[in-house]
Amino acid sequence: MLNIKCPYCGDRSQKEFAYGGDGTITRPKLNQEISDEEWDNFVYLRKSPRGKHIELWHHIAGCRQWFKVERDTTTHEIFKTFKPEEEF
Amino acid sequence: MQKYSIFSLIKNAFSDHKKWDLAWKDPAPKKEYDVVIIGGGGHGLATAYYLAKEHKITNVAVIEKGWIGGGNIGRNTTIIRSNFMYDDNARFNEFGMNLWRNMSQELNFNVMFSPRGIINLAHSDAQMNAYARRGNSMRLNGIDAVLLNREEVKKIIPMADFSDDVRYPIFGGLAQPSAGTARHDAVAWGYARQSDSMGVDIIQNCEVTGFDVSGGKITGVRTSRGDIKTKKIGLCVAGSTNVLAEKLNMTLPIETHLLQACVSEPVKPVLDGVVTFGAGHFYISQSDKGEMVMGGDLDGYNSYAQKGNLPTIQHVLTGGVALFPFLSRLKMLRTWGGIMDMSMDGSPIIDKTHIDGLYLNCGWCYGGFKSVPSSGWTFAHTIAQDRVHELNEGFSLNRFSKGYLLDEKGLGTKTWIS
Repeated sequence: MLNIKCPYCGDRSQKEFAYGGDGTITRPKLNQEISDEEWDNFVYLRKSPRGKHIELWHHIAGCRQWFKVERDTTTHEIFKTFKPEEEF
Repeated sequence: MQKYSIFSLIKNAFSDHKKWDLAWKDPAPKKEYDVVIIGGGGHGLATAYYLAKEHKITNVAVIEKGWIGGGNIGRNTTIIRSNFMYDDNARFNEFGMNLWRNMSQELNFNVMFSPRGIINLAHSDAQMNAYARRGNSMRLNGIDAVLLNREEVKKIIPMADFSDDVRYPIFGGLAQPSAGTARHDAVAWGYARQSDSMGVDIIQNCEVTGFDVSGGKITGVRTSRGDIKTKKIGLCVAGSTNVLAEKLNMTLPIETHLLQACVSEPVKPVLDGVVTFGAGHFYISQSDKGEMVMGGDLDGYNSYAQKGNLPTIQHVLTGGVALFPFLSRLKMLRTWGGIMDMSMDGSPIIDKTHIDGLYLNCGWCYGGFKSVPSSGWTFAHTIAQDRVHELNEGFSLNRFSKGYLLDEKGLGTKTWIS
């Protein structure tokens, strides 16, 4: 089982969290023309690397905050967790 | 190639079974091939077989990083079905059902295909309506579908929980009597043996390290056992598609996730078909050895670990025990995991790419095993003719950007939504 350190609450069991996917994806800017390619990139295309992966998690059975986690996708080692507004 | 039969079995018994031919050779890679298939799993081996058989292209190499049958072809729960609603999925998989029916004879290898039927259980009126609609769609595509009411389900699986106070009572179910199971290893070995006998080189322990692309065309592949020249490459590496795509500077609508399965200790025959729980993600069948074979949800986060975590097993089996209370008294014998290409709409991709000579076969999600023959057949056609077959034209790579999703059940990577 993963042990995830919520940046707001501290170390908790994986069971309290929900996964939110790739944390490096940014939504196309509002109030301007968005091409099909940009939508495709945003909605569907993912690198899904083997190794270090920055991803979103949701502390759904806790403080209900979203945050980012840097985790290895082969060993599940968690290197760092940080608030969404914090730069990596 | 030595034919397997009762006579060859008796003949070899006299020499203590020490003089059987090798099922396939162990060649070193040649300098050049007409087609190189990357990935020696079910899909790759089936593709090589149909390239040789249907298209007479025999100068083919199947290169495999590990060993034949060590990936998802040996890690699945062996379920074969074509109970799909959408035409593209239904036609493709029903075509595959016909290949399954003749596979043992065609490959001269007993794949133990056993059409024992599948039932998808429904637990509400709305779900019964949805299954009626799916069943009608299936029948329009020539697939056998039977809508069962509660009493009919009870006759087939009396050991399920039919008491009055359950959280998700069984309302009925949708059955496909012609669905079934097969011996998964034998499928890989059978295709490998027949491909080898037609001249295909099966090269194990050979890892792809890079690709040679010049002027938008494939010219070769670099491997841990030397460079190989070729004009056509078929990528059949579900679970590692993203890793190889990165070497090609491609980003795909796929995330790599881990799916677990488990078997219980063997018990006497209790369940003759495949049953899926409709109020959670859980499916079960009983192997010929008597083990209950079970599976369900993804672990839920990107993973290449080939090994899962316990919370998911616990979650899946909670659903299992709700459906079949007797499971709570069985000991688990083994659990294991495989890594899946989870495509964004839950349907596969078999297509050409923007690179000339690079063909893509990926995105099999939860259901790669049943599609082994149909995937191999259509992928071989796509490679040999350099155009997709009508059976796989729906599985295009650009359907995401074009908006033609094949979102059969809304199952994709986003398990946190479901």
